Amino acid sequence: MSIETHTPMLSIDGVVKFFGEHQVLRGISLDVQEHQVVTVIGSSGSGKSTLMRCVNLLEVIDDGVITLDGQDITDPRVDPDQVRRRIGVVFQAYNLFPHMSVLDNITLAPRVVHGVPKDQALARAHELLARVGLADKADEYPDRLSGGQQQRAAIVRALATEPRLLLLDEITSALDPELVGDVLRLVRELAERGMTILMATHEMGFARQVADHVCFLDQGAVLEQGPPEQVLADPTQPRTREFLARVIDAGRL
Amino acid sequence: MSTPSSFTPSALELDRRAYRRSRAHRSTAVALVSTVAFAAVVYLTVTNAPGWERTKTTFFDFSYGWEVLPTILEGLWLNIRVLAVAAVAVVVVALILALMRTLRGPVFLPLRLLATVYTDLFRGMPLLIVLYLVGFGLPALRLEWMPTEKAVLGTIALVLTYSAYVAEVFRAGIESVHPSQRAAARSLGLSYRQTMRLVILPQAVRKVTPPLLNDFVALQKDVGLISVLGAVDAIRRAQIEVSQTFNFTPYVVAGLLFVLMAVPSARIADWVTNRANRRQQAGGLV
Repeated sequence: MSIETHTPMLSIDGVVKFFGEHQVLRGISLDVQEHQVVTVIGSSGSGKSTLMRCVNLLEVIDDGVITLDGQDITDPRVDPDQVRRRIGVVFQAYNLFPHMSVLDNITLAPRVVHGVPKDQALARAHELLARVGLADKADEYPDRLSGGQQQRAAIVRALATEPRLLLLDEITSALDPELVGDVLRLVRELAERGMTILMATHEMGFARQVADHVCFLDQGAVLEQGPPEQVLADPTQPRTREFLARVIDAGRL
Repeated sequence: MSTPSSFTPSALELDRRAYRRSRAHRSTAVALVSTVAFAAVVYLTVTNAPGWERTKTTFFDFSYGWEVLPTILEGLWLNIRVLAVAAVAVVVVALILALMRTLRGPVFLPLRLLATVYTDLFRGMPLLIVLYLVGFGLPALRLEWMPTEKAVLGTIALVLTYSAYVAEVFRAGIESVHPSQRAAARSLGLSYRQTMRLVILPQAVRKVTPPLLNDFVALQKDVGLISVLGAVDAIRRAQIEVSQTFNFTPYVVAGLLFVLMAVPSARIADWVTNRANRRQQAGGLV
């Protein structure tokens, strides 16, 4: 794979995070190359979400380095707002602003943070909404949409600022299976267009089909990582096998 | 950013911590210098004012203030008793009003209407006028059972006004609880009253505790207004002293005592607010 020789877009190196006495991340190392889709799998409480929050600087890490496009973003001299402008995040619970219409949710950051003129921001929002099949929901308020529609709107909100990197934090966990398909199709489409994605997920089937790289997190440490066909089909670690067996039992692979 | 002592950070992390510490020290220094500079400007402006010497003797006569302190404290005891009774009564009346306003169904229209008129009336009417109407109007009816003591009448007036305010705070809290909570409780088979008491109200009260404590601090100083009815409280005592000596220091003493009384409540309010924020915020703050 020639892509591996480039410097990674996102490089997580030896990241440690404590919540009080409890060590949530125990020296995580993980690279994401440009145009790559990397999925992080692991049971609840393994540190997936915390890792995502650390990359977006919502948590201050206790050791290690995270670089984005070669820049050390964990340096306290770096302005976190500048870093976050280059990263799009989609949360498990959508986190749309309930007091704004879908359109306002989407155009907020382009207008206020990136200084995009209003008509341009609106045009771009309409274009993106049409792409995800929500063209007629632009003026609705989030609480009036279904979960799948809300999550697609949240993805559009994250994309509207044209981020370098997209962080997806278990974005299908709150959706029912029928709607999961819609959202995952959208993510797959983004991946095919070359979006760089770091994604925490429970959808093993999706990880196997779309991910370039799978990373198994267990109790705050990377137990195993590699191409999906290796990690998901032929894992070397007994703990990974156990986890995958449980997932298969639950009918999710 | 505090790690257990068993964890040995890398040189890079130590460097980051040192940088953050130096930034923190710098902001502390800036805060300190700007505060001192501001205080100095205020001090110099006041003490260089042409009338400062005269102001000092009529408002800040220390030995006179010390002399009248016991009398004013005696008056303050009345304020504290009024406060204790009024605060409890306000919460009870306000809660009843709020529940009346949130009742649903056409049967309860009279109750809803009554509560709405009550809150509109007593939130709109200036407290001073309520005090006069209750303090002088009720005794004028010459009803046998009507209390005539000024402090009691003053307390009634305070409760009337403050319960209208606090009722609206409670109502806002009740309505801010997401409808899904009501749906979840009712679907478990809980009745309307059980849902209110066990699910909605506990969440509502938690949400509105900071504004409630804010209203408590406001009530704490407004208990001083009962002095306009002639109740001999801290302010009335100060007034009597002032009328004899034409020295305003007793007012300053009474004012400071009210401030001292309000400070602990304000700190408790801060603490409660922070605790609520910490509880509801998972992970770090942005």
